Amino acid sequence: MAQRFKDVDWIGLFLWLFRAAIIVLVLWGTVAKIFFGAGNAYSASDWIDFFVSGLSQGSLYALIALGYTLVYGVLFMINFAHGEFFMSGTMTATVFIALPLSASGFLDRNPIIGMLIILVVAMSISVGVALLTERIAYRPLRRAPRLVPLITAIGASFFWQYFFRGLYGSSLIPFPELQALQGKFSFWGVDILKTRAVVIVSSVIMLIGLYFFVMRTKTGKAIRAVAEDKDVAALMGIDVDRTIAITFATGAAMAGAAGILYGLVFRQVHFFMGFVPGIKAFTAAVLGGIGSIPGAALGGLFLGVIEAVGPPLFLEGLGIPGGHQLKDVIAFTMLVLVLIFRPQGIIGERLAEKKA
Amino acid sequence: MMAQLDVRNTIRMGLLAGVVAVSLSMIGMVEAFDQRDVITDVFSLGQLLLFTAPAIVGYMVVQRGKVKAYGPALFGGLIAGVFAALPIFALLILTLIFPNIRAQLVNVSPTLIGILAFGNGQVVGGLLMTAVMGILGLLGAAIYVIPDRIGNPLILGLGWTLLVGVLSEVLLNILRPLLPRAVLRFLFGTKGITFATAVILLILITTGIVWWQEKGREQAKARREAMSSGQQKTRRQVSLGMGLILLFVLPLILGTYLTEVVDNVGLYILMGLGLNIVVGFAGLLDLGYVAFFAIGAYTVGVLTSQGGLGVGHLSFWVALPIAVATSTMAGMLLGVPVLRMRGDYLAIVTLGFGEIIRVLATSDLLKPVIGGAQGVLQIPKPEIFGFTVIQPQHFYYVILAGVFLAIFLSSRLRDARLGRQWMALREDEDVAEAMGIHLVKTKLLAFGIGAAFSGLAGAIFAARLSSIFPHSFNLLISINVLSLIIVGGMGSLPGVVVGALVLVGLPELLREFAEYRLLLYGALLIAMMVTKPEGLWPSPVRRRELRAAEEETAPQIEQVG
Repeated sequence: MAQRFKDVDWIGLFLWLFRAAIIVLVLWGTVAKIFFGAGNAYSASDWIDFFVSGLSQGSLYALIALGYTLVYGVLFMINFAHGEFFMSGTMTATVFIALPLSASGFLDRNPIIGMLIILVVAMSISVGVALLTERIAYRPLRRAPRLVPLITAIGASFFWQYFFRGLYGSSLIPFPELQALQGKFSFWGVDILKTRAVVIVSSVIMLIGLYFFVMRTKTGKAIRAVAEDKDVAALMGIDVDRTIAITFATGAAMAGAAGILYGLVFRQVHFFMGFVPGIKAFTAAVLGGIGSIPGAALGGLFLGVIEAVGPPLFLEGLGIPGGHQLKDVIAFTMLVLVLIFRPQGIIGERLAEKKA
Repeated sequence: MMAQLDVRNTIRMGLLAGVVAVSLSMIGMVEAFDQRDVITDVFSLGQLLLFTAPAIVGYMVVQRGKVKAYGPALFGGLIAGVFAALPIFALLILTLIFPNIRAQLVNVSPTLIGILAFGNGQVVGGLLMTAVMGILGLLGAAIYVIPDRIGNPLILGLGWTLLVGVLSEVLLNILRPLLPRAVLRFLFGTKGITFATAVILLILITTGIVWWQEKGREQAKARREAMSSGQQKTRRQVSLGMGLILLFVLPLILGTYLTEVVDNVGLYILMGLGLNIVVGFAGLLDLGYVAFFAIGAYTVGVLTSQGGLGVGHLSFWVALPIAVATSTMAGMLLGVPVLRMRGDYLAIVTLGFGEIIRVLATSDLLKPVIGGAQGVLQIPKPEIFGFTVIQPQHFYYVILAGVFLAIFLSSRLRDARLGRQWMALREDEDVAEAMGIHLVKTKLLAFGIGAAFSGLAGAIFAARLSSIFPHSFNLLISINVLSLIIVGGMGSLPGVVVGALVLVGLPELLREFAEYRLLLYGALLIAMMVTKPEGLWPSPVRRRELRAAEEETAPQIEQVG
């Protein structure tokens, strides 16, 4: 017993040192940057720019993270293929709708109608792919050991990536540029790129809409009931399989919409685009406490901002060259840190017992 | 009542098969595979892909309805086949209406349309396709209806004949020095086997199997029973010895290119055996496994390189144990933070680790040490007693030695106390701990030993390629290794070998696969998990576990109050 205790303590000490080291590094970098001006110098408007771009990136993560959170809520599985739902809708809508509409000039004449059409197509393709995946790869495995659906999810992810690569080719496909979204808005003397503003505003609208869908509608109630207890929900007359499918569809619709916003910001799509945002959105979901909708939104925004502000702030402060290359490292390190130290997320407490 | 043909279901399944066939065409597989003839000038791999769908669906509809009467069964097969052709017909018509559809779907090329329409116009070709698929559906149904005694051998015979045809290039390479040219010309066409060979093979294999079923099996069994146990043992030893000799002379038979393929398979077997310890034995799903492969490769690279980045200029044999030790350390070190995690969270965190290491290797931060995106160059070839290991044939023996060592260690570990502790851990962590198993030590050893194998593979990889770049160490390698141990059977050592041969060997032999490799892996992972979660060559313990889990799963455990 004493032996065991000693070992656990040793591990605890290691983790504690690890945590302390990260905190010290981040603080040191930040202090060095702010007070001693290490690395490049940025003006106030540069910092605002970093922050806003982080917010717009973060709101995309938030939209994608919803899919992880919803599915995790009902099935307790990480839907590894969620990034592919995001990619499939976006690529299809870009290739079949956005590019032809833009070429014919329709998109610039009626930007709102055009974008709505693109959005609807992207969302419905994403939903279709999600429903197909759920039906083939997840539903038959409801009662299997937990690792099994995770493995099929990984399989589905790669299947869809290379399926769409086969359909549309492996090259980068440009997303059309909207004339209406060029230039900047000016709020109280702060210039914000129009695309970023549109991304942030529409994400917030969708997040609120989704929150009301889950909290106020009958379907939303069914989703919450299934998340609470599948067997009891079935006894209450809820069609569990159907509700799970709806959950997948809801998450995928958000991901499809996020994909179009991603296209607006980065102006290119390709078959591998779902992978990194997918993992980062998962990070966001975990950050906010997986299973919680407001948590996913906050986690996404938080991750986006840290990622945008982090490299110029503490990485440059530490004198690390090429900080922007390490953006992904920041995100993954956050993921690892959160899962190790606070698996219940920053604001969540739901699954604390289960995972820790 | 039982032998009813469900027409609606038949139509639905036919359409489904058609959608699959059309998808395969649209993502370019049919066209890519059309380059390879299975039977020279008669039948290409692409067509095989296209036409298996109606044949299989024809078989399946009558099998599902258990229709044994000729009339309804053949009719059902025909219907299914015809409906399987409809989506293809639709695609053909679509290309007629939108000739520029290639701007959207890059793989709907004129060549593809040519294949789908048999070189005719879209309408005529579509009708032809409908007829051909209908007949194939009918034939598929026919195979079910004829007595199993002949039907099953026929299916196997067809399968083997087609496999020989698909792999004809490899066979030709092996047989070229052995057989006279006239015989070769008779057996093989320009691409694929000749029609005559196909017919002969089909007849030989089918009759062979029929004979085996009727007579041979009994005779062999009788002969085996007649032998004393001592004789049986010698026989087993003799066949084992023959197998070993075959393994040793293999590179001489195969030639440079095929040996290279075998080397690749060997490296994957090595990695698979390592991951098998972590995932298969201990049940810790590790998606960042490539990190240790990279660490092994970079250690050897930096320690032995003659280039600017080289430190120490050690010989390969000195660097090798250092690389293995470094990987082991890294494995245990990365294991510490995840000790308290389970299942899916563990998977994601290890994936995060793998990505962090890859991004760090590419970044400018570590460029002075490991070269950033330019990688480490000028890694010397290993030398042994004045003999330099250069050729793939030479590396074959290095890799073979590594694989033997790994198999030996794995099998000893599996049956040792530690191995049984791992399996206890895999089945239930809490119970294992309650039984007095030291979780920390057991888990860290699993991570460490698993990483050691991978580091060994990485070290050999670095020496074999002479230069290493960070982009060779991406997530896809982890996924490949994971796929192969899952397809082979988690926790099963022969399973790893089978998995590597199927998932790494086959695609390398059929270069057309390259682009669709991960697509097939993905589909295979899903298919395996849904239909045969224990893998192709399962370990008996694992199979029992999965069965037990299926029977008494208690979803309540998953719930949180």
